[in-house]
Amino acid sequence: MLTKRIIPCLDVTAGRVVKGTSFTNLRDAGDPVEQAAFYYQEGADELVFLDIGATPEARDTMVEVVRKVSKQVFVPLCVGGGLRSISDMRRMLLAGADKVSINTAAVHKPELLKEGAAIFGRQCMVLAVDAKRIRGKDKAGWEVCTHGGRRPTGIDALEWIKQAVEMGAGEILLTSWDADGHQAGYDNELNRAVSEMVNVPVIASGGAGTLEHLYEALAVGKADAVLAASIFHYREYSIKQVKEYLAGRGIPIRS
Amino acid sequence: MRKDQKKIAVINYGAGNLGSVVNALNRLGYQPLVTDSVFEVLKADAVFLPGVGAAGDTMKGLEAIGMADAVKKLVAYRRPLFAICVGLQVLLSSTEEGGHYPCLDIIPGEVKKLPAGLKIPHMGWNQVKQVMSHPVFTDIPDNTNFYFVHSYYAHPTDKSVVAGVTEYGLEFCSMIIRDNLFATQFHPEKSGEPGLKMYSNFLKIASL
Repeated sequence: MLTKRIIPCLDVTAGRVVKGTSFTNLRDAGDPVEQAAFYYQEGADELVFLDIGATPEARDTMVEVVRKVSKQVFVPLCVGGGLRSISDMRRMLLAGADKVSINTAAVHKPELLKEGAAIFGRQCMVLAVDAKRIRGKDKAGWEVCTHGGRRPTGIDALEWIKQAVEMGAGEILLTSWDADGHQAGYDNELNRAVSEMVNVPVIASGGAGTLEHLYEALAVGKADAVLAASIFHYREYSIKQVKEYLAGRGIPIRS
Repeated sequence: MRKDQKKIAVINYGAGNLGSVVNALNRLGYQPLVTDSVFEVLKADAVFLPGVGAAGDTMKGLEAIGMADAVKKLVAYRRPLFAICVGLQVLLSSTEEGGHYPCLDIIPGEVKKLPAGLKIPHMGWNQVKQVMSHPVFTDIPDNTNFYFVHSYYAHPTDKSVVAGVTEYGLEFCSMIIRDNLFATQFHPEKSGEPGLKMYSNFLKIASL
């Protein structure tokens, strides 16, 4: 049986891991290569690196980080943040990434998903979506935010995800703008809506604070994987603890 | 003999993530040669055929550098060969991917699309049930999780080549062994310590 993946996320800027709340108030959380090796040894099923600086200089630093990490970490690596072109993606993949995630660039130029899927395969193409709740008259909905969550676009998140999968996205990295960084639980209405709508894996992101939150994202939100940053960075829970807890609650997990 | 005096070749046909296979071999203490030269591949002591992407593109890539025939020769001469993911798929007679595409026909059988209804690609960690007893599984427990990412699966006609099976909507062949040919649908280089162990066992079998 396919197991659910537990994915620590490393937000990196200028070669350091950082963590903030709703994309702001960043705090230093360590060296990315050391952190990655630590998570690998602990049993992480995959690692995600998000370059939140995303300046040209920061990107060079990120390429180096990916190159070093891929020499000592033998689980899949996904890299995103500021990737704007096929050549940006190729650089990360050549450095050792297995997947690239694109967000703002895909909204501006959806053909990037199609081109990337044709060149690298759709399994390489992760669509990252920052979805912010909007309160409609009848029911809740979500809009897409770009630029690291800073810019609401008015684009309907579900419509966009559906279109992006048709274009070539092979996986969805779904972050709740409202829940991210608050450690009060994932937006499982969002996770479930997307997971039931598309035929590609969904990684739930944003809001993990307790073991129960991770369980809910998988059991209630129907996600294929959970991504978390804070609870792992500050050693609130080890990956082993998370896995034992989830396995105990009947979730298929790689031990 | 020192590890670096024997030669491991990783076939470079212009696709696939060769880097992760090389990183895994480096970690085990080997310095493989990444090459598109038939000459280098035929004289290597062990060969890796990596694969990511579409089977048709892989076949075209191999044929473009004369490597399709070289791979057939390696198998005919029972030279140690490890094929990964799409590398496994192209060993079969043909694939459904992109209609019907003829492959190397080293292992009789067809490559089929995974059944509808489940998420495609089959992406993540899943168990490999060992249905053959073989030294390549030394220190790797039965039903160990390995990392998969694929939309098609191999269906060999001769079941005696099936070394491992995995469940995803159906039970499919996730590993093939025939003589010195080893092929996995999963990615040992992305499967943590058990994956590294499998490469290390293979290289021991190849006397490296």
